[in-house]
Amino acid sequence: MSPTTETSTGGKPDKGYVTVNTEQCKGCGLCVEACVPRVLRLAPHLNRFGYHPAQYLGHGCSGCGLCFHACPEPGGLVVYKRPSMAAAA
Amino acid sequence: MAELLLDDPVAAGFEIVHERPHSFYPEFFRKGDLKDQTHYCPGCGHGIAHKLVAEAIDELGLQDRTILISPVGCSVFAYYYLDTGNVQAAHGRAPAVATGVKRAHPESIVVSYQGDGDLAAIGMAEILHAANRGENITVFFINNAIYGMTGGQMAPTTLLGQKSTTTPYGRDHYNDGYPVKVCELLATLEAPVYLERVALGNAKQINAALRAIRKALRYQTERAGFSLVEILSPCPTIWKLDPVAAQKRVREVLVPAFPLGVYRDRGAEIPKGETLPPRPLPAPPPPLDAIPGLLDIDEQTPDPPAARPAQADLRIRVAGFGGQGVLMLGEVLAEAGLQLGLEVSWLPSYGPEMRSGTSNCHVRISSQEVDSPLVARPNVLLALNEPSLRKFLPTVEVGGWVLYNHHQLPADIAVPEGIHLLPLACSELADSLGETRAGNIVMLGALLAATDGLPIEAIHRALALCVKSARWLEIDRRALATGQQAAREALSNRSQEVRREIQ
Ligand SMILES: Cc1ncc(C[n+]2csc(CCOP(=O)(O)OP(=O)(O)O)c2C)c(N)n1
Ligand code: SF4
Ligand code: SF4
Ligand code: SF4
Ligand SMILES: [Mg+2]
Repeated sequence: MSPTTETSTGGKPDKGYVTVNTEQCKGCGLCVEACVPRVLRLAPHLNRFGYHPAQYLGHGCSGCGLCFHACPEPGGLVVYKRPSMAAAA
Repeated sequence: MAELLLDDPVAAGFEIVHERPHSFYPEFFRKGDLKDQTHYCPGCGHGIAHKLVAEAIDELGLQDRTILISPVGCSVFAYYYLDTGNVQAAHGRAPAVATGVKRAHPESIVVSYQGDGDLAAIGMAEILHAANRGENITVFFINNAIYGMTGGQMAPTTLLGQKSTTTPYGRDHYNDGYPVKVCELLATLEAPVYLERVALGNAKQINAALRAIRKALRYQTERAGFSLVEILSPCPTIWKLDPVAAQKRVREVLVPAFPLGVYRDRGAEIPKGETLPPRPLPAPPPPLDAIPGLLDIDEQTPDPPAARPAQADLRIRVAGFGGQGVLMLGEVLAEAGLQLGLEVSWLPSYGPEMRSGTSNCHVRISSQEVDSPLVARPNVLLALNEPSLRKFLPTVEVGGWVLYNHHQLPADIAVPEGIHLLPLACSELADSLGETRAGNIVMLGALLAATDGLPIEAIHRALALCVKSARWLEIDRRALATGQQAAREALSNRSQEVRREIQ
């Protein structure tokens, strides 16, 4: 397993994960604003269309999906959850 | 940072919980590089609303049943994105189009998606009446308090004091009226079933918006009736705010002006899991052969057309005052043409007054197909009064006939060379028959005497069809004979005039 999933709070693996489709993201920042644990940011670099795409900080995502619904682009973000965590919850 | 990210979260034990809804096309109908993204500005509420609608359609399993009506406005291209049935309507007309689509396909889920300019300005009548009829459609109303697409003109929903290109000093209710509150307005109607206003001002509001969208769609599957969800939505570009600040403005400025909440929810009365019966259909149309009876014309089963003239080209202008029977005279002529198996047209043209205005009609009776029902160059002018004579005499074709409702022309009017004139006091003759208003038919009798274009049997048949009352039919028959007789006498007295056929 990658360090990402293990370095979350208290050594417990993260419940969620998020990926950004940097070619579809328009850098509006609404996902960053929506994220309660504040694990998203706008990247310093520009994508092909001249936007600063959103970026996951790599850990701390709860899989809540708030960023997903705040994002105006259909395929801007994908949110994941760990099934075992969902079952345990 | 990037090196910390997983290449494949699924391989790392995660499963997808939120991804691009299936109700979006996998690729958009846009050029080249743009086929993965929308045409909306960064942070635009339309993008969010589309996503919520797509997700709700997915969740309810309605993709194959949904027909989306897109508006005019920034969301005119909604059909690029939603992989459903799509119709794009003229500005403001989406609820009317949705009505037609829903009635033709009652099992479809019909969604009208509209902006505030589209719905509340040019389309106000359509939305009010669709709501008032309780059409079983779902409306998603994107209120961004501005015309986005056209560059920021005032919308009916623009806030007081808000500057726009058409309210450069801010919206002033004395000049521009007050912001229109659509949910409150529609809630005054009986029929709507579900009206809710939601907002896209933060994640919590967005979640509530998704719930409302889902509910409105579900109600349609239950045949509950009309539902509308108003969605207060950011337009960062026209508001000249960055997306995050525009979202804040939705929360802090739009929401206080347009209170969120449920304005109507009758769908909740439907027991869970139940579906109402389909709307009763209007009574079916009558069978074709019942129509003559409904129109009260079944008694006179028409005989085969009377002998049809080989050549006919009557271009008739009938003109007079309203109340002189101008249009009726035209109708009798056209009907007579039909009785002869000819091609006819009858085009009335009258002012807004029912009586005492001017009135005229164009009649064509032809052995050829009628190319245009307009008669600009008549070969017959039936002028029932002096203004009509003055107006239309110059238009009459050389060789044509002018019948004028007086025993002589006004002194200052000269008849152009080559025009046949018959002045006859038709109304006075009708008066002597006891019905001044039969003057039109006296003139028709005179026309028959002056020209051989129409056989009298055809006129008798036409009168029988056009004149409903037995008393009037009797009067008109006498008027016809009187006109014919008087015209013959007048013409034979005028030895210099040669009786002539026109055809
Ligand atoms: C018949 C007609 N009149 C006017 C226009 C110009 N027009 C295009 S979009 C629009 C207003 C759109 O505003 P809104 O419905 O609020 O949509 P938004 O772009 O804000 O989402 C107007 C007036 C048009 N296209 N057609
Ligand atoms: S799913 Fe929730 S926690 Fe994870 S990035 Fe998105 S908003 Fe933040
Ligand atoms: S909300 Fe979507 S488009 Fe906006 S920055 Fe985040 S991922 Fe990009
Ligand atoms: S102008 Fe406004 S409504 Fe139109 S796409 Fe841009 S942000 Fe959206
Ligand atoms: Mg608008």
